[in-house]
Formats: sequence, structure tokens, C-alpha cells
Amino acid sequence: MAARRAWGGPAMAAAAGGCWAPLPACLRLLRGLLLAALAAGSCQGNSVERKIYIPLNKTAPCVRLLNATHQIGCQSSISGDTGVIHVVEKEEDLSWVLADGPHPPYMVLLDGSLFNRRVMQQLKGTSRVSGLAVAIAKPSPPQGFSPGLKCPNDGFGVYSKDYGPQFAHCNKTVWNPVGSGLSYEDFHFPIFLLEDANETQVIKQCYQDHNVPRDGSGPEYPLCAMQLFSHMHAVTSTVTCMRRSSLQSTFSINPEVVCDPLLDYNVWSTLHPINSSGKVDPEKEVIIVATRIDSHSFFWNIAPGAESAVSSFVTHLAAAEALHKASDVHLLQRNIMFTFFQGETFDYIGSSRMVYDMEKDKFPLRLDNIHSFVELNQVALRNDSVLWMHTDPVSRMNESVDVQVRNLLDILGSSSLGANVTLQEAGFSQPLPPSSFQRFLRARHIPGVVLTDHRTAFQNRYYQSMYDTPENIRMQYPEGLSPEETLEYVTDTAKSLAEVATVVARALYRLAGGANSTSAIQADPRTVSRMLYGFLIKMNNSWFQSIIKPDLKGILGDVPQHYVAVSSPVNTTYLVQYVLANLTGTVVNFTKEECLNPEKSPNSETEMYDYAWVQGSLDPNSTSRVPYCVRSTVHLSKALSPAFELRQWGSTEYSTWTESRWKEIRARIFLVASRELEIITLLVGIAILVFSLLATYFINAKADVLFSIPQDPGAVAY
Amino acid sequence: MTLAVFFGCTFIAFGPALGLFLFTIARDPLRIIILIAGAFFWLVSLLLSSLIWFIAVKASNPQDEPLQKGLLIFGVMFSVLLQEAFRFLYYKLLRKAIEGLVALSEDGCSPISIQQMAYVAGVGFGLMSGAFSMINLLADSLGPGTVGIHGDSQLYFLTSAFMTMVLIFLHTFWGIIFFHGCEHRRWWEIAAVVIMHLTVSGSTFCNPLYVGSLVPSYLVMATAAAWAYVLSGGSAQNLRRFLLCKSSAWLWQPPENSSGLGNPSLLALPQAEPK
Repeated sequence: MAARRAWGGPAMAAAAGGCWAPLPACLRLLRGLLLAALAAGSCQGNSVERKIYIPLNKTAPCVRLLNATHQIGCQSSISGDTGVIHVVEKEEDLSWVLADGPHPPYMVLLDGSLFNRRVMQQLKGTSRVSGLAVAIAKPSPPQGFSPGLKCPNDGFGVYSKDYGPQFAHCNKTVWNPVGSGLSYEDFHFPIFLLEDANETQVIKQCYQDHNVPRDGSGPEYPLCAMQLFSHMHAVTSTVTCMRRSSLQSTFSINPEVVCDPLLDYNVWSTLHPINSSGKVDPEKEVIIVATRIDSHSFFWNIAPGAESAVSSFVTHLAAAEALHKASDVHLLQRNIMFTFFQGETFDYIGSSRMVYDMEKDKFPLRLDNIHSFVELNQVALRNDSVLWMHTDPVSRMNESVDVQVRNLLDILGSSSLGANVTLQEAGFSQPLPPSSFQRFLRARHIPGVVLTDHRTAFQNRYYQSMYDTPENIRMQYPEGLSPEETLEYVTDTAKSLAEVATVVARALYRLAGGANSTSAIQADPRTVSRMLYGFLIKMNNSWFQSIIKPDLKGILGDVPQHYVAVSSPVNTTYLVQYVLANLTGTVVNFTKEECLNPEKSPNSETEMYDYAWVQGSLDPNSTSRVPYCVRSTVHLSKALSPAFELRQWGSTEYSTWTESRWKEIRARIFLVASRELEIITLLVGIAILVFSLLATYFINAKADVLFSIPQDPGAVAY
Repeated sequence: MTLAVFFGCTFIAFGPALGLFLFTIARDPLRIIILIAGAFFWLVSLLLSSLIWFIAVKASNPQDEPLQKGLLIFGVMFSVLLQEAFRFLYYKLLRKAIEGLVALSEDGCSPISIQQMAYVAGVGFGLMSGAFSMINLLADSLGPGTVGIHGDSQLYFLTSAFMTMVLIFLHTFWGIIFFHGCEHRRWWEIAAVVIMHLTVSGSTFCNPLYVGSLVPSYLVMATAAAWAYVLSGGSAQNLRRFLLCKSSAWLWQPPENSSGLGNPSLLALPQAEPK
């Protein structure tokens, strides 16, 4: 690599041609002439490389994550893994890879429908496979696909041998029966997802042209091959990699960290402003509404999480908006805290940290302030509009808790009257589904309820997979809408989620002590549809653009994904923060300076409020925006697992997930030459070298014979 | 491809040059200086052609394909002329240097003849241009892939190596012919060198039909080699004697030519120069 980089300049010689000529080969050979091509700055890379390799740009790798005891995910060798491509579209094709093919190791291009545990076990068990490229299946596999665990977040929830042992390890209810656990396996070869159907087609074409076995015998060289780079720096477990990283940062001037904890920020806001740096009175009661805002899939940075995260947090946001719009909320006797937890997929990073902070008095609220807990968890795929209310049977054995839970259930039930949502109790016989609430229950017997669309197993057949897309929650748009029209188009999904949000908002109003009629509290389906569009289809839309700070416009990528990641805050966190501020905050008449430095202006109450200078929407008559200042009660709180705060990297109580670091992740296809051609080239080279050495030696030795001319005086006289 | 290809191509492209360098240049510091200076002159000519090219490309419309192709042809021709111009400048410089060498030497004659200089300067030009045409290929030949995924010939590396080899030879012979032309004011020899250079460069436009560029280039090389051989004192008779392993020239020379022993030999180390 280094060599190639160093020669980048001269290499451009060749680049000149490849850029624009139908005769690139010529150009290369034009020697230095074309060095002129230093000019060809517009060309990327050098043309020799482009003649050999086709880079695959739209791919997503599977990377290595580690916890206290294991490493999961994939990695390649340090210089990338190479293999001859074999396309596997049916299970029968596997035999070529596993046994018959004469050119191992193979790079398998696997059809998405075959990406399941059985096939993966076969591929894992052989040394004839050097890597895997998975083509995304369209449409999504009808039988369901979830690389997550059958029992998500097992061991980090509330149920254990000390607390409801009959419910521990999903003994009663297997929440995710389609879960194959592939995400939690360790693969010794790289696995990439091909996101772009065109690139998949290019690979298949290359395979068709070069690698298809003909007449029973193997294909002939040159063969089409693929190389995948995804070498991971961390190994074994979080304990090992964090120890190595911390050793490095202690002793080395230039530390090479090998893994980073998954971390981000929770977003929270309250109905009534509270002093975010002080403490809430012990007698003040707060109702917590919670959802998770992160998801995961087998592949890095692919986490659409439509049903597993977006449906619930969008509903939550809509409920928050509806409540804030109600006229008499300032009279409510209890406060309501809207909480959006990050990293919940990875053993409840966000909620465990908030509980930890509350216990350690590092949060404005204490656990004692919590009156009750309402969690929304996968609410889009309801059968017959039934929303199931899950409660914890163990804490309800306590009389006083049971009374409060009953009250909670009653209020929720009555709030749904007249709405197109039926609330039903999931029953006493089963535990809570995986939910942030479990982390609070571990600390206190708080009355609470988890609302889901499933009674037992998840309705979501694509839990934590790349197929948990808008289609999964039945979002359908008519053909031919412009992006702007799509943003505003109210889908059926949006309508039904708005109904859930209405019910939740009304119930919260009543729970907080509101006595008036709740019929005015109504979630707006248009807001819901905009949010669904923004969080699921296109982040870079006009609404999101108008509600964020000008310096954040770079975060608006195209395809949304909700992986918690190691750099923070991630886009999802920012966007939830600004959407929440937009929906629940107020526009204040501040100048830019006042808004950016609110502590300088009187009565800005900076401990209570957060001020954001947002860029505003486009002025219809010009291209400029009209920025303004938004005051809200939205705050961020750190979502880093307490295990890292306490440096207990082997913790079994707190999440210990870390992500390995890596240098480069890329994929490319090319042809490989036969061994014979390579050897012939080498032999010819050696022959020419030896011959020229001998010839020069003899010519030099006999120069007097060769170059003697009859004396020609004056010809060469100096 | 792999290390095998890397070394194979390196040996093909630079093996002959290595032989020439080891046996005829490396032992004399003065020749090494001339070699390096020749390589430097070639580099300067390259720098200037790149500048012109840069300006031309930036100033033109990159979408206009015929124009760009025309520019490319123009760039190649221009660069050839520039290289030959620098060869001439280098000749002028060496001519000056000879005067200095003569002034310095005790016996009043130069330790190196202009023909020897021509040969060494030619090798310098060739080595540098060979390096520039080959090194980026060699860097890529180390990777796992070989050319061909876009339908190009698999023999790309091999043909490129042979092309580089012929270029190094050609520059060497051109150097001899060109300097001879300058020395004896035979302008048609200089013109012939320029025409041959243009022909070889132009023939590479036939790629990827490698036969179209390699065969003409090797034919031109054969011509240039024969010409340079004759100019530097060779003859068919000498060659025959060499091939038949006949012993030294003076045994076969008529007595009056016995002093030819000391004729300025292209490849031999400096010997007593005829007065």
C-alpha cells in the first residue's frame, strides 16, 4: 500500500488515460509522457488499479463487538481475505463451495434468503470459505429473519434466580422465536452486506463470465475473485481489549486504542421544567414515559429498526406533543418525564446508566420521585388494534404496588374508550418483555406498564435485522409523490400510531392528576407521518432541516439508521432531541446572541430550559432560511454503561459491550490469474535477466572486437 | 497477482538495464555522474511536459472526448519533442563538460569520449523513463488481482514489461545516434531519432492491441540498434568475428590498423585514446 501511495504521483501517468480515453492501455504505456497527467487530479486512484479492481462502494461490513466474556461479529486477516467468487442462490449450490469446487478458498455471494443459521453453520465449519457477501433479499424473507437472540437482553433484565426465577432466561415466554442469534456468533471470516443491487449484479456478471463451471469440469483461469478487508483490532473480550487500551493510554504517548465502549446520550425532557443541575424535591412525583431509540442488525451501521425502535419513539414523541398542547397541563399535580433511551439493544446501556445516576444522585430525579412508569415498546404491528399492557407479576405480589399498577391499568384502559385502540392486559402468568422498565425494577418496585403490540412472542418477524424497514410496519406511499409530498403524506401506519399516541397522552394526563375532559388531547397524524418519513426513509428532509441547528445540517444523511455506535451523539439522538424540542418547546423572541448565550440575558432560567438556535424553514420567496430560537426542557444525559465508569469490564450487572476499532473496511472484485501464468512471467523474467547479464558481460569483454573500425583519423580525436 | 509477477516483470523490464549498468557504467564514477545527470534531464523534460499537459487539460472541456483525445496525442508529441530538446541541451552541457575535463586532465585529453558519454546519457534517459512507466504497474502487480475484469488482456503486465525494456534500449541507442548527429552536424540523424521516438510513442496508441505497439517498437529498436552499432564502430564483420568467438581484433587487422586497438570503444573502459 505504502509503495503505491508513494508512487501516487508517477502513477498518475496512467491515470490520465483511464479517465477519459477509450484506450487506457495505450496511455499507460506512453511512459512519462503522460505524466503530464499529474493534471488528472479529477481522476480517483490510478488507472492501473482501476483496470484491475472494481471497488464495491455500497457495502456494510459485519464488525466485531465484545462483551465481558465473548467476541461476536466478523473479521478478515490484516491484508484482507481473497477468494474465488461463487454465487449461492439455492442450497444445492453450496456443495460446490463446501466440497466440489477445485479452487478454494471461495468467496460466497449468498442470496439473502439463504442467510440463516443452518447455512452459516455449514460455512463456518469449513476452511474452504474465505468470506461472505450477502445480497439483501427483496422482498424480505416471508418466514421472518432475525439475527438477534431468541431471548433478547437475557441476564441484564430484572428476572434472575433471585427475582422471579421461573421467568428468567425466557422460561415462560420466548420473545423472539425467529431469532437465530447470528449477530451474537463469532465468525472467523469477513461478511459484508451488498446494499446496492447494481453492484450485486456486477459481481454476478463477473461470476457468469468467468467462474461458471462448464461441461462438468471446473472453470478456467482467469477467475473472478473478491477481496474483503475488515480486520479488527480487538480480540477475546471487553476485559482484554479495555485492559490493552488503558495500558496503552497509560504508557504510550501515542496510544492505539483497540476498542471503544458503545455509548451515546439519552434524551429526556419534562412537562414542567425542572432544574437540570439541581435536585427535585423528594415529595414531587414524576411519571416516566420511556422508549428505546436504538436498534441493531447483523451489519454495522445498518439498523433501520422500524418496528423495534422507530414506531415506539415516534408514538412517544407524538404523545409528548399532544400533552404539551393541552391547555391546562401546567396545572397538573405530577410532572411527566419523556425519556428516550439509547443503547438499550445492548443490554440496556441507557436505562441502566440513568438508574445508576439516579441512585448516585447524579440526576435531578431520584428513584423515589418516580410515581409510575409507562413504556412503549414495538407498537406498530397490532392485531385488531389491540395494544397489550405488560406488567411485572413479581413486583405485583406486593399489595401496594399491585394497587398502583391496577390504577395505572384502569386509567390506560379508560383512556382508550372511544379511540380505535383496545388495551388488554397480557396477563399475570408471564413476565415483562425485554424493556428499559426492567432496569428500574431492578432498583425499586416501581409500578409500571409496558405497552406492546404482542401478547407473547413479538409480532415483529424482523427484530434487529436489516429487514425491519418501513415496509415491515406497512408504510405505503402512492406512486409518484415528490419528496415533499411524501413527507406530508399521512399513511395508515401514521394514523394508527397517532391513535396510540392519543391514548397514551390522555392516560398520562389522567395519571398526572388531570381532571378535565381529555377529548382535546389529540396526537397529530401529520406530525407522526413526518417523523416516520424522517426517521425511516429520508433524514435529509425539509422538516428536519428546518428544526436543527445550522451547524448540524451535515448529520442529515440519506438513509436513516439507529445503531448506538461509539461516537456520540449519533444522528438519531440529535434528531430526537430537536424533534422533541420542536414539538414541545416554545419559540422565544431572542436574538442569535441571546439564544446562543442565554445565561447572559435576564429571566432566561438556563437551569430550567435549553435554548436552541435552529435554522428554520426556507423562506418561500428566497433561498435563505429564517432562523429562530426555541426554548424547551429537552436535555441529554450520558448513556455510557456504568461498567465503564466503574472500570468493571467484566461486569455481569451492567452492559459491557464494546466495538472493536479497525483501520480499513472495503471490498473489491477483480480477476486472478492462474498460477502457471505467474510462474511463466517469473521464469521469463529470470531468463531475460540472466541472458542480459551474460550478454553484456561478453559484449563488454569483447568490445574491442565489436567496436573496432578502420582508423579514421580526425573522427574521434579529443 | 503476486510476488512472482512482480519479480518477473521487474527482471524483464530492468534486467538488461541492470546488466549494462553493472558491467559498463558502475565501475567508473564519471559515468555514474553522467548517468544520473541524464536521468535528471529526462525528469526536467517530464516536468515541463506535465505542466503543459496540466494547463491544457484544465483549460479544456473535460466532456469533449474528441478534443481530449486530440489533446492527448498533442501531449504525447509535444513531450517527445521536449525530451529530444533536453537531449540536445544535455549534449551541449556535456560538450562544455568535456572542455573542462580536458583542461583538468594531466595529459590534455578527456578521460571519457563523447561517444561513451552518449551511451551513458542514453542509458540514464532510458532508466528514468522506464522507471516512470513501470513502477506504478509494479506496485499494483503486488496486489491479488490481475488486469482483465473490464475485458482487457491478461498479458497486460507482461507486455508492459517488454515495452519498458524496449524503451530503455531505444533511449540508449537514440542517445548514441543523436549525439553522433550533433557531433558531426548530421542533422538528418537527429531528425531520424525524433521520428523514431514519435513512431514508437505513436504506436502505443494501438494498445490494447499489443502486437500493434510491441512489434513496431521492436522493429524500430532493431533498426536503431544496428545504426548505433555502426556509428560506434561496429560492422557486420566485427559482429561475425564476435559471434564466432574469434579472438581480439588486432590479430585480424591488417598491420596498418593495429593501432585500432585503442579505438574509442563504446563499451570498453577508457583506453589510450588515439592522438
